[in-house]
Amino acid sequence: MDAIAVQELTKHYGDVTAVDHISFKVEEGEIFGFLGPNGAGKTTTIRILTGLIKPDGGKAFVAGYDVLKNPIEAKQRVGVVPEVSNAYVDLTAWGNLALIGKLYGVPSQKLRENATRLLKEFGLYEVKDKPVRAFSKGMKQRLLLCMALVNDPEVLFLDEPTSGLDVESARLLREKIIQYNGEGKTVFLSTHNMEEANQLCHRIAIINHGRIAAIDAPENLRAQSMELQYIEVAFNKTVNVQEISEKLSITKAAPAGNKVRIYTSNPSAVIEFLVEYAKKNNLRILSLNTMMPSLEDVFLKLTRRR
Amino acid sequence: MSRLTEQFKRSLAIAEKNIKIYYSKGPVIIFGLVFPLFLALAYVIGRNIPLKEVLPGLIGMTTFFTATSVGPSIVPWETRSKTLERLLCCPVALWAIIVGDMTSSFIFGLIISVIPLALTLALGIQPLNFIALLFGLIIANLCFAALSVLLSAYPPTDVPATTMMLSSLVKFPLVFISGVFIPVEQLPHWGIAIASISPLTYFTDMARQLFLNRGFYPLTLSFLAIIFFTITFTFAAVKIHERNLTKRLS
Repeated sequence: MDAIAVQELTKHYGDVTAVDHISFKVEEGEIFGFLGPNGAGKTTTIRILTGLIKPDGGKAFVAGYDVLKNPIEAKQRVGVVPEVSNAYVDLTAWGNLALIGKLYGVPSQKLRENATRLLKEFGLYEVKDKPVRAFSKGMKQRLLLCMALVNDPEVLFLDEPTSGLDVESARLLREKIIQYNGEGKTVFLSTHNMEEANQLCHRIAIINHGRIAAIDAPENLRAQSMELQYIEVAFNKTVNVQEISEKLSITKAAPAGNKVRIYTSNPSAVIEFLVEYAKKNNLRILSLNTMMPSLEDVFLKLTRRR
Repeated sequence: MSRLTEQFKRSLAIAEKNIKIYYSKGPVIIFGLVFPLFLALAYVIGRNIPLKEVLPGLIGMTTFFTATSVGPSIVPWETRSKTLERLLCCPVALWAIIVGDMTSSFIFGLIISVIPLALTLALGIQPLNFIALLFGLIIANLCFAALSVLLSAYPPTDVPATTMMLSSLVKFPLVFISGVFIPVEQLPHWGIAIASISPLTYFTDMARQLFLNRGFYPLTLSFLAIIFFTITFTFAAVKIHERNLTKRLS
């Protein structure tokens, strides 16, 4: 069974089409990255999938339940970490977890056990009786993840979970995402952090202007954009980039600090040329690296297409 | 049935949260006690009216102002702090959230409005039928709690001050047309017609009937009218909140 299935989902805000007939599936146990520039339709899609807003067309299933026809059943199996921290700041950490547990109908004994375990696991047990108002951003974000996990959900929706966090807190959250995914939870992760998506996600969907631009494993996405691979070479003297560019008949060569970056789909031919070029011009090659396109390169290529 | 019970339990969790966050604050409680007292003093001072004559209006105002004091601001406040979004992500129906907000307003209104009633009894003024008065107090609090949630439904703003200002525009005129200061039977025909569209009229008239044995409407009609207004306000609040939800969250 798919953990999430989206078919021809559409949402308009007045004249603006926020989500435009998108379809995708997320398998059980997968970490699925959802990437896109600001205003691409990420948050709208998450809001539909978490039952906050209704789409104008299409269908969405979460944990096997239609989010339009059976929203309560679908939400019962979901945990959400929203883009903006929304714990009750006047309640304590324990009070927030107790409230969410009750709203999910978690039995009181189980709720106490889950809340205690999660607060200890996320390093918040010592401050469980303090109002959330006094928490740092990192602590609030950890609490939000505790709140999303207190009902032991099948699917976790994480909207920018590490945005604006210090390195230590961000790393802790990433480790926890991997840990809980290892325990069988499906993770739907929206992020702007390409490295994070590359590290964590089994598959990635890139959404742009409300449409899915690509869906695949990060490696496959990079492999589909081999024209974005490049060779970075450093000589002992300054060279004429224009001359290299013309002689190689390549699409793009550009200086990058004291190096030259040459974009090519045929790296071996370029390397041979560069060795010859160095000999002929009495140059010494200080370094030479073949660089695969990064996920960021692929993202920019796909999102700048329109 | 069990699903319905489960949703009501979740409403109670929301009510408990509201009481902790919004109602158990010192200024809110003081407002609930002091505001009706000052209104009553303004009504009595300089006029030679026995306390018993003032009671129906005083209980009516206290119940009305306390049950509607905080309710209108909860949804806009939670929209702004994004906690409404948090609630809506949980498996709780929108109607259950509204019932939760109503319940907290109801409990707060009931606790505060029992105080003037207790003072009345302490002063030796007995109603003709205490059980009927208590029942009336309960349904009136429920009705005004429903009105408070309805007042938060439109406009779908995230600015609590806007809702509070608009709710004041509804609440204050309502006090003046509801037979609080002038009994309904002394109003002109057009005044009676206007008074009949306010739920506060029926509660004040009921209190007047039970303390002074001088009501305009039969007791049963007053009870039924308050129940009718409660159902109408609750239904309207759910529908308007549902319709404006997307706009409120965007």
